[in-house]
Amino acid sequence: MTDFPILTMLVLVPAIGSVLVALVSKRHPDLVKVTALVTSVLTGGMSVWLLAGFATDDAGFQFTSQHEWIKAWGISWHLGIDGISLFLVVLTGVLFPLVIAGIDPHHDHKRYLSWMLLLEAGVMGSFISLDLFLFFVFFEIVLVPMYFLIGGWGYDNRIYAATKFFLFTMIGSAFMLVGIIATAVLAKADNGQITFDLIKIAENADFAASTGRWLFFAFAIAFAVKVPLFPLHTWLPDAHTQAPTGGSVILAGVLLKMGTYGLLRFGVYLFPEAAVWSRPLFLTLAVIGIIWGAIAATMQTDLKRLVAYSSVAHLGFIVLGTFALTSSAITGGVMQMVNHGISTGALFILVGMIYERRHTREISKLKGLQKVAPVFAAAFTVVMLSSIGVPGLNGFVGEFMILIGSFATARWWVVVAASGVILAALYLLWAYQRVFHGEPDEDNKSFAELKWKEGMLLLPFIGLIVFCGLYPKPMLDRIQPSVDKLLTHVSENSDFKLPAPAEPVESHEGEG
Amino acid sequence: MLDVVWLIPALPLAGFVCILLFGRKLGDPKAGYFATAMVGASFVVTVGVFFDLMSKTAEERHHVKTLFQWVPLGSAHIDLAFLADPLSITMCLFVTGIGSLIHLYAVGYMHGDPRFSKFFLYLNLFAFSMLMLVLGSNMLVTFLGWEGVGTCSYLLISFWHEKDSAATAGKKAFVTNRVGDWGFMMAMFFAFWAVGSLDYSAINGAAHGLATSTATAIALFAFIGACGKSAQLPLFLWLPDAMEGPTPVSALIHAATMVTAGVYLMCRIGPVLHASSGYATTIIAIVGAATALFAATIAVAQNDIKKVLAYSTISQLGYMFLAVGSGAYTAAIFHMVTHAFFKALLFLGAGSVIHGMHHEQDMRRMGALRKVMPITAGTFIVGWLAIAGVPPFAGFWSKDDILLAAYDKNIVLWIVGLVTALLTAYYMTRQVIMVFYGKARWHDAHEENGAHGDLQPHESPWTMVTPLVVLAVLSLVGGAMNLPFKTTTERLALWLEPVVGVHESDTAKLPLALVAIAVGLVGIAGAYAVYYFRKFKAIEPQILADAWRYDSTVSAFMGGPGRKAFDGVAWADAHVVDGAVNGSGALVRGTAGKVRLLQSGNVRNYAAAIGSGVVLLLVWFVVIRGLL
Repeated sequence: MTDFPILTMLVLVPAIGSVLVALVSKRHPDLVKVTALVTSVLTGGMSVWLLAGFATDDAGFQFTSQHEWIKAWGISWHLGIDGISLFLVVLTGVLFPLVIAGIDPHHDHKRYLSWMLLLEAGVMGSFISLDLFLFFVFFEIVLVPMYFLIGGWGYDNRIYAATKFFLFTMIGSAFMLVGIIATAVLAKADNGQITFDLIKIAENADFAASTGRWLFFAFAIAFAVKVPLFPLHTWLPDAHTQAPTGGSVILAGVLLKMGTYGLLRFGVYLFPEAAVWSRPLFLTLAVIGIIWGAIAATMQTDLKRLVAYSSVAHLGFIVLGTFALTSSAITGGVMQMVNHGISTGALFILVGMIYERRHTREISKLKGLQKVAPVFAAAFTVVMLSSIGVPGLNGFVGEFMILIGSFATARWWVVVAASGVILAALYLLWAYQRVFHGEPDEDNKSFAELKWKEGMLLLPFIGLIVFCGLYPKPMLDRIQPSVDKLLTHVSENSDFKLPAPAEPVESHEGEG
Repeated sequence: MLDVVWLIPALPLAGFVCILLFGRKLGDPKAGYFATAMVGASFVVTVGVFFDLMSKTAEERHHVKTLFQWVPLGSAHIDLAFLADPLSITMCLFVTGIGSLIHLYAVGYMHGDPRFSKFFLYLNLFAFSMLMLVLGSNMLVTFLGWEGVGTCSYLLISFWHEKDSAATAGKKAFVTNRVGDWGFMMAMFFAFWAVGSLDYSAINGAAHGLATSTATAIALFAFIGACGKSAQLPLFLWLPDAMEGPTPVSALIHAATMVTAGVYLMCRIGPVLHASSGYATTIIAIVGAATALFAATIAVAQNDIKKVLAYSTISQLGYMFLAVGSGAYTAAIFHMVTHAFFKALLFLGAGSVIHGMHHEQDMRRMGALRKVMPITAGTFIVGWLAIAGVPPFAGFWSKDDILLAAYDKNIVLWIVGLVTALLTAYYMTRQVIMVFYGKARWHDAHEENGAHGDLQPHESPWTMVTPLVVLAVLSLVGGAMNLPFKTTTERLALWLEPVVGVHESDTAKLPLALVAIAVGLVGIAGAYAVYYFRKFKAIEPQILADAWRYDSTVSAFMGGPGRKAFDGVAWADAHVVDGAVNGSGALVRGTAGKVRLLQSGNVRNYAAAIGSGVVLLLVWFVVIRGLL
């Protein structure tokens, strides 16, 4: 069993599932659903199995598999995971079956599920590819099903949103494609032959500073759009608001993480010198995003748009941690990627449930829901508190590690960024008050309480929110070695010095 | 026994989980008794730990119990660990002790509420969080409790969430507290950056070696956090609004326990305060004194029975910060404990009055209630004498300690403290007279306030009265824990010394004490003259009733320019940032649209274009370049 190509299967199973679903006759809707569910659960099971088999202290890539693909160009089917990608893979594996089982797209299940599974294959592939070309293929594949999911199952303004999403990401990807080819070609001299292999290029290539910076920015633009980093974020509120609930959950849960993950895996790893050089720019944009996103979220009138803007703020924290370049900050950032997927995913599910019942997401049309649906309100409260970052729940741990880790290398950015926690409380509690508090009016009086099936869908999310908040150690223990390895790589290949851990000062010339 | 210190917060947590699962089944009043029992059991464990700690020598009274590694941070890590030492166990004693009394009281007070069990769910969660706060052996565990009590406070203030004012008050409390939490977080970041640990023992141990600027930064940022949680200037404005919550909540959270967390934090990092530059402690003392006076002036003109007590609480907390800023941590803790006794008593008494008056809170519609509510009146009077600083009641001793320390720090601070004491005696006397003496004004009021039938105030049930009696006894004798006659009678100071050190003072105590007593009596006499004998007209200017219009000014700013600025950002996002995107989209589309017209498919047009191109090229080469 040790030779079982589990990573390859993580891509193939949902891809095959997608084809199967497309082939099954429309006259058997149950068969469609069962096929989709079985393949996604199978994938999820494999991802959990991966987690169980993952060697905690091993900082390198595990479960690797490599097969030649296009030999002449040095392109290979090279897959592997380390602590940075592990939990993103697990999150993807767990999120998809929940979305497929728990969220009803209402029409055309067959095509919807087929796109969903193709999307899963693409996302999985992006997180486990160790070959630049292969990564690019998966990164692009993801666009297509997402475009059709928004365009086909979204709300009123879906075509505009889907097009905007597609164009934004395509333009970013165009830069990255040029960057990938240029990187491979320029690294040819150092590698002896042309290769697109991530590890070979990162370990062997020695770009001139100016070259490295150009190449870094070609990658970074694509990822900054995906994150999204201020000021490239405006596709996100539209895409989120118009996407069907399942699409929003996946978009927030894992798709955005392809950007933050890409910055770490390809940006920082391939071009450490450029990443260090551009720190002030990215730190500043990240902090602007935190504050800007939070303020914009406060003033939204559409509940889903509000959650979308909160994502801009949350993802800003992750980018802050990434470019602070300390062990805690990046480890916290990776954890935050997963946390945000859980909390914001759950928020989108809850907002979706509100829409199902009331056919509106306008905050001003909702009122007093806590009185008629206390359990629903309680679930919303827990998820909201996690998103606010209350300690004891998952959102806090990542945010705290990012901030305390960044303090050593990016102090003044942290001082500003930390005020984002005030704004997070403001926009969520204000929205909560308007939607859940007060006496319900005529339209909201018959708001239905949480159903069993809905509760079952939310339960895993709430369980993870509490568990990761109280006992994040198993997760962090697996992330940190890989992060430390990356940072060692950075300090060896740039003039960046990791901050020394503080030692208690014994005596000081100042007053005692 | 010390090793089971984790049971102290675990019991209320277990209560929370059980009520979460079976609360509805238990119902009214069983869920309440169950919750009370859990906090009571926690109190019993605390007493056990207390005696175990007592049996050790002063140096050994420091026990850390680590449960598990919570957050790994690079090469360091933060544990979920508890610290049992004289300071934390003192806090635990009154948190669990008063906590269980208030739980019991709430069984009576909340009887009949449709969300009865949910109330106790929150109350147990609060007790758990508060105990985490005081027992945490590092700043992060304290922060867990800190945010936990803030969350519970939010949930409990807006417990009657159908009421818009309650919902708004809850949100306001949370957001204002978050401003303070920002300060707390910055303090943690500075401490971790400088010391490499968040453990109190590590931070305090390294305090002497810290650069003065670092210590000052940690102290002042932590103080910002304390200002939020303990309702000091300029962040106090959430506390008066927090009175929207049920009265047991006001007593437990917004008087006795949670609001003292800021004072506790400052005492906990006392060595860092020592190591900081002098102006840091001066700022703390000034803010404390200013808040004490400011809030006391407001309390003079309030007519809501709970609002008086709310501003009084802010004022008394100011005293505690005055003590902290003056370096008298024992005095701060002493006053924290006695204040917990008498303020919990006063709030519960007020709750009993409100209960008996069928939810009437306006003191102008009360009067002569001592005749119908004798126990409530009697115990309330004990609380009044305690807070007014009449010896031998508890408040006198602790307030006196603070005034002494303030006198040593700066005579102006002492004078501010004295004026505050005068006002305190005055407004509390006013309250007692308006509520319990004079004419019964509830008869003529019952129609306009829509009370059901003829309003018949009544004494409260035993569940509510018992805690009143216990707290009254404690308010009477509580001062005995720290009597200033000899070093051996200063038991609390001796007990806390290993943690917070001693405050040395050469000042003669007796003259200062006599001045304080005199000032208190003047305040009481003044209020009697005005409100009982009606010799003078009451001075209650509107500006004081409006709390110096501070709150309304802040609200006006937030709702006005603040909101406009936020709107501006949202507008800019939609029109400038996204406008640029849509603009370039439109530009591409527009240009493409025009360029497209060229591709008309009409051969004559192409021919014409080719022809004119040829002509232009010829002109270029022949005429301009001069070829041929």
